[in-house]
Amino acid sequence: MSEKTDKAGGNGKLKIGMYWAASCGGCDISLLEIGPHILELIEVADVVLWPCAADFKYQDVVNYPDQFIDVCFFNGGVRNSEQEEIARLLRRKSKTLIAYGACATDGGIPALANTKTVEGIFAASYHDCPSLDNPAHVEPQPITQSEYGELEIPRFYPQVLRLSDVVEVDYQIPGCPPQAERVWEAILALVGGQLPARNSAVKVACFDKSVCDECPREKRKVKIKEFKRPHEAMAEAEWCLLEQGFICMGPATRSGCGALCVKANLPCRGCYGPSGEAQDQGAAMIGALGSILDASTEERAREMIDHIVDPVGTFYRFTMASSDLKGRR
Amino acid sequence: MAEAHIVQQGATPAAAGWEPRIIAFLCYWCSYTGADAAGTARLKYPPNVDIIRVMCSGRIDPELITTAFAHGADGVMVCGCHIGDCHYISGNHKTMARMPLLKRTLVDLGIEPDRFVHEWVSAAEGEKFARLVREVTERVRRLGPLGWPQRMRERGVGCGMSLEPWGA
Ligand code: SF4
Ligand code: SF4
Ligand code: FES
Repeated sequence: MSEKTDKAGGNGKLKIGMYWAASCGGCDISLLEIGPHILELIEVADVVLWPCAADFKYQDVVNYPDQFIDVCFFNGGVRNSEQEEIARLLRRKSKTLIAYGACATDGGIPALANTKTVEGIFAASYHDCPSLDNPAHVEPQPITQSEYGELEIPRFYPQVLRLSDVVEVDYQIPGCPPQAERVWEAILALVGGQLPARNSAVKVACFDKSVCDECPREKRKVKIKEFKRPHEAMAEAEWCLLEQGFICMGPATRSGCGALCVKANLPCRGCYGPSGEAQDQGAAMIGALGSILDASTEERAREMIDHIVDPVGTFYRFTMASSDLKGRR
Repeated sequence: MAEAHIVQQGATPAAAGWEPRIIAFLCYWCSYTGADAAGTARLKYPPNVDIIRVMCSGRIDPELITTAFAHGADGVMVCGCHIGDCHYISGNHKTMARMPLLKRTLVDLGIEPDRFVHEWVSAAEGEKFARLVREVTERVRRLGPLGWPQRMRERGVGCGMSLEPWGA
């Protein structure tokens, strides 16, 4: 066991924490997906923070000595000032800080909002949405005077950041959400001190190869004739979805999930982030798609490309915050 | 190191004698030879273009282009052999499909279309290359600095908004 994951005094159990920031809550549930293993986990570990499942207050964390938490799983990106404060606090209180899930690792779905301005997001959320009832056009303000005195709420940031944009991260576990089997393997490796040397670039609980590598569908080595969306045509079973014209992010996506979606007849949406050495999943996908278009003229290539709906949202669905460009200008 | 260099140059604000910084990826067999021809013929073109030679335009990974912009390039050019002339037969067919798709994506991310140019330049087209560089430099100059690294730093990328932690 590495020096940093040594069981912290007291009852000799590992102290673990799970925190959520800008995320949907799915990651918290995914940790429970390890099923009966949770009992084994509880045998070797005490939970010292888990807002979704246990009643701890921020003040409890403040009161912990530095490096008190052995392993902290942090899910969600950083969208506001509260999340950044907690990220910094948990970094200080934890020996090992793990970015857990696509949002903490790559920004995830919330980071798609990096293609919008703050004004645009506020307009949509507080004024323009048809189901809203906000005749006075109220918008949340960081500081409000009320009959109870001054009230302060977290500041909304100009864009969604990854956890590693804010603090040093020891490991990253990608996936939306991470698959339980891989997570359990990673927990065992962690408890056994078998994880690779800590380094925020290290992704664990996944493999370097692409989802295509785990995919059982047959590759017939044919080029794409036209693009289709999943609701527009029936996919032929057992044949590579991409070759059939459905945009499947498999070639540009890290494996580990066991090709879950493709096995369920849906194209991979890319939730495990870029595979191998690639940093920018969208660029990798553009590279892959470009080599398999069945177009012999520039006009035909353009025609086919114009059929792709929302390239940014498709190629960077989970990784806007870790892409080269990080968002829209 | 090269990266830091680009950032530094790109960071110069327009007011303080800013010059467009353009990265050009050229394939070895046609476009680089074309650029060479422009030089041999002593054609004038602005010194704003940094040429990166690759064996084939089909080896220009779109990530090289996103990286260039992210690190401070104001414009990027990609040139390869005309369709039918690629030394590796079909390398530029891939370029032909990738670049328009990349361009759509870059435009959606707020990079003006004039900042990313994809053209075919043969070994004999020194004149075309020189003209292309003149045009692209002029168009990028009119657009002003892209300044991606500064923009992202202002938004907290890589550093957060640096608040003190609770109970500090
Ligand atoms: S592109 Fe999708 S369907 Fe095709 S092999 Fe890869 S993961 Fe499987
Ligand atoms: S197939 Fe793709 S989208 Fe589905 S779980 Fe795996 S990596 Fe995620
Ligand atoms: S060698 Fe010039 S494009 Fe392939």
